[in-house]
Amino acid sequence: MKALRYALWGLVVLVAGALAYTTFMTPSQGPSTQLAEAYGAPFTATLVAEGRQRPMSRQDMLGRPHVMFFGFTHCPDVCPTTLFEASRWLAGLGADADGLDVYFITIDPERDDAEMLSDYLSAFDPRIKAVTGSQEEIATLVKGWNVYAKKVLLEDGDYTMDHTASTFLMRGDGSLQGTIAYQENSETAIAKLRRLLGT
Amino acid sequence: MSKFSPLRSIGCALLLSAFVATPAFADSAHTKTEHFASTGMARVGDLVISSAWTRQTPPGAKVGGAYFTITNEGDSADRLIGGEAAFAKRVEIHEMSVTDGVMRMQPVEGGLEIKPGETVELKPGGYHVMFMGLSENPKKGGNVNVTLRFEEAGETSFLIPVAGIGATSLEGHDGDHGDDHSKMDHSGHDMKKDDQ
Repeated sequence: MKALRYALWGLVVLVAGALAYTTFMTPSQGPSTQLAEAYGAPFTATLVAEGRQRPMSRQDMLGRPHVMFFGFTHCPDVCPTTLFEASRWLAGLGADADGLDVYFITIDPERDDAEMLSDYLSAFDPRIKAVTGSQEEIATLVKGWNVYAKKVLLEDGDYTMDHTASTFLMRGDGSLQGTIAYQENSETAIAKLRRLLGT
Repeated sequence: MSKFSPLRSIGCALLLSAFVATPAFADSAHTKTEHFASTGMARVGDLVISSAWTRQTPPGAKVGGAYFTITNEGDSADRLIGGEAAFAKRVEIHEMSVTDGVMRMQPVEGGLEIKPGETVELKPGGYHVMFMGLSENPKKGGNVNVTLRFEEAGETSFLIPVAGIGATSLEGHDGDHGDDHSKMDHSGHDMKKDDQ
């Protein structure tokens, strides 16, 4: 129990660090003069796209601007609305969306297997890809992006997840450009994405 | 084995027609409920529930949320402690918050208090009714029958209209805030068909 408490406090510190980092990185207006620092960490996982699954690694994300959202399907509000918003962003970007990859990364691989994610994502823009994997693989991803993810036990052995609800905007070189907050208005989000894409 | 019997074939025809007619009959009964004037509203004791709505859930989703306002017109406090719905294994009252970019969710211990004279709003990002263990996914444009249980006032069942998957309010339906007639809107049914 004590170890768990320490681990949780460790997470809190990590999240605080991530937030501080994000805050300093976000207010980039116009051409960015910031030094591009790599964000995230190497990982392996399973990519679910267009109803199929295949192994993937960090390397597969690089080379193209991408957005990453961490969530889970047993989520009543933030996850479906963010995926719906992401569908709107892609629609709003028009042809420019072809230069962007959108990843929905489950923080609940125990319940979100490839089949579940494939089914779930069928309600949204088909360009949105899902990422799942083993508990260890997802733990590496969560840690690599300083994402907060914590299981909250409910009745009957059921559980829900507390998690970072912001969307990460990643440059093709693997550096973090900024974030889109939960419930941020679509126009602002699309403007941020255009800046990421340089269009 | 048995020889042809005209009586039996008439019987079969009758049975068959009854079978065919049944879905139509059930359908009209269903439509009638949907047009019931107080959809999204209910009254139980001194409590008035209004502006209720829920969202269509993505395929395979096991949870959903419902939102509404409760006004206590009485002199004593009451608590929303739970509920029931045929399409969900459990109906609970949860609270969600987003602080510093982190979404947290937990059951409201002891139920949600509605003080006398006060109005409590259940809305995205805050208090909500949580449907857990969905056996059926609510569909946009339809209604779901939900029972809410209050500590003092007791139970009430009413219909809650279903908005689109990304809705942030019933009016927004799809979560479409403006006049952007993008692909997700107005189709009303299978959203993925319109995607491209």
